[in-house]
Amino acid sequence: MALLPILDRTHTIAKPGFSRWMVPPAALCIHLCIGQAYAFSVFNLPMTKLIGITASAPDDWKLTDLGWIFSIAIFVLGTSAAIFGRWVEEGGPRQAMFMSGLCWAVGFFISAIGVYVHNLWIVYLGYGVFGGIGLGLGYISPVSTLIKWFPDRPGMATGMAIMGFGGAAFIASPLSVWLMARFSTATHVGVAEAFVSLGVIYLIFMWIGAAIVRVPAPGWKPEGYTPPVVEQKLITKNDVYVYDAIKTPQFWLIWWVLCLNVTAGIGVLGQASAMSQEMFPGKVSVVAAAGFVGLLSLFNMLGRFFWASTSDYIGRKNTYFCFFALGTALYCLVPWTGSIGSVPLFVLCFVVIMSMYGGGFATVPAYLKDMFGTRYVGAIHGWLITAWSAAGVFGPVLVNYIRQYQIDSGVPKAQAYNVTMFIMAGLLVIGFLCNLMIKAVDRRFHMKSDHEAVRGQVAIDAAGQPAGA
Amino acid sequence: MANENQNSSNLMPLILAWGLVGIPLAWGVIQTIQNAMKLFQ
Repeated sequence: MALLPILDRTHTIAKPGFSRWMVPPAALCIHLCIGQAYAFSVFNLPMTKLIGITASAPDDWKLTDLGWIFSIAIFVLGTSAAIFGRWVEEGGPRQAMFMSGLCWAVGFFISAIGVYVHNLWIVYLGYGVFGGIGLGLGYISPVSTLIKWFPDRPGMATGMAIMGFGGAAFIASPLSVWLMARFSTATHVGVAEAFVSLGVIYLIFMWIGAAIVRVPAPGWKPEGYTPPVVEQKLITKNDVYVYDAIKTPQFWLIWWVLCLNVTAGIGVLGQASAMSQEMFPGKVSVVAAAGFVGLLSLFNMLGRFFWASTSDYIGRKNTYFCFFALGTALYCLVPWTGSIGSVPLFVLCFVVIMSMYGGGFATVPAYLKDMFGTRYVGAIHGWLITAWSAAGVFGPVLVNYIRQYQIDSGVPKAQAYNVTMFIMAGLLVIGFLCNLMIKAVDRRFHMKSDHEAVRGQVAIDAAGQPAGA
Repeated sequence: MANENQNSSNLMPLILAWGLVGIPLAWGVIQTIQNAMKLFQ
């Protein structure tokens, strides 16, 4: 069911001459906006001074309470992606992008009201719930469209979009700081105005993406591309229905593969600044630690494109083998870099780890496509995103609690992360085994009739001519 | 001639679309690299 006819899938079928290279920027319009979530922490400190202005007043919000905004958003991201995945897939990308933009912007507007009336529950509702739905819809909306436009390079195509999610913080962070400075006065912190401005900017940007996006006509393939004739065991030519896919062991093995890869990375990402300063006391200043966090984010972004593109050549399973084998070795090396006091080696270990953390996110849509076909890949991806939500809880809890336990047990701060690193390495070994167990999906799960082709033919008849290159 | 016109008319939306996403992203990346350099100073 379409919200507006113009948003409907049939109205987004590409006309002859449409370049498929228009689709990645459309996807980036969405991901560069919703990835702002990674930069939300820039609002945390200002939001603890909304009443006190220069310092926190007793009635001001606490950092621990503000931390829930991001957690709720990530939780809702996972659940909404799972719940609305099928709607996104069947309704088409434009409708989903449009709704994603609307929810994301409304989330900011409601949050601005929450800040203005100083009610944190309204902010939870705004950014956490509405923003979270915008995140979930936006994250999965361009995935299957990109895979259909780039059957020859599905990893690269989805990697490009998901790279945008990793890179969005680079724009959102300075932009948010600038907006807050612009609207702040001696008696007022400009958080609410910054929220409204961001909402408007993101709404325009995301709706431009929705306007640009197109789906290929059924049966379309890139000029000169011939699908591989030789049967590849781990690349199916069949489709699996979304609710059948989640009944397969393959889905849950990939769920654990993603969850474990993300758990290992996300815990470190959250503690990177403190960890670098505590492991190298006197060598890494606060400013240098901030630079380290920026570097990690940069490699998180670049890894998304690099590893997803690489997976087109070496295969998805082998790519994850690289993540888990190399990741295990690097996590085991980190305590050694601390013991010899080598900051460059420490940084090198973590930038590679972070590239694989991002690569895990970006390679997984193509992995799903290989296992379950293209028809419901977006919806299946939506269900898989719950692994991210779970990892978002496990990872930081694991790192924080083990570190605290070590310090309470009398371990010096510089060595308090050693056990954590070995546990992370252990998680990656389990991930390696899960990846090892992934085999082709049993044929009983394959869809029996090709509804897509039938519906596509109807769409072509309605639209006129088939799409061009 | 007609083909050339079609190519250039296809190229302009591509440049605009990639510019729209590429310029802000490049700006953000440069800012981040400048900050990251402090780690090695």
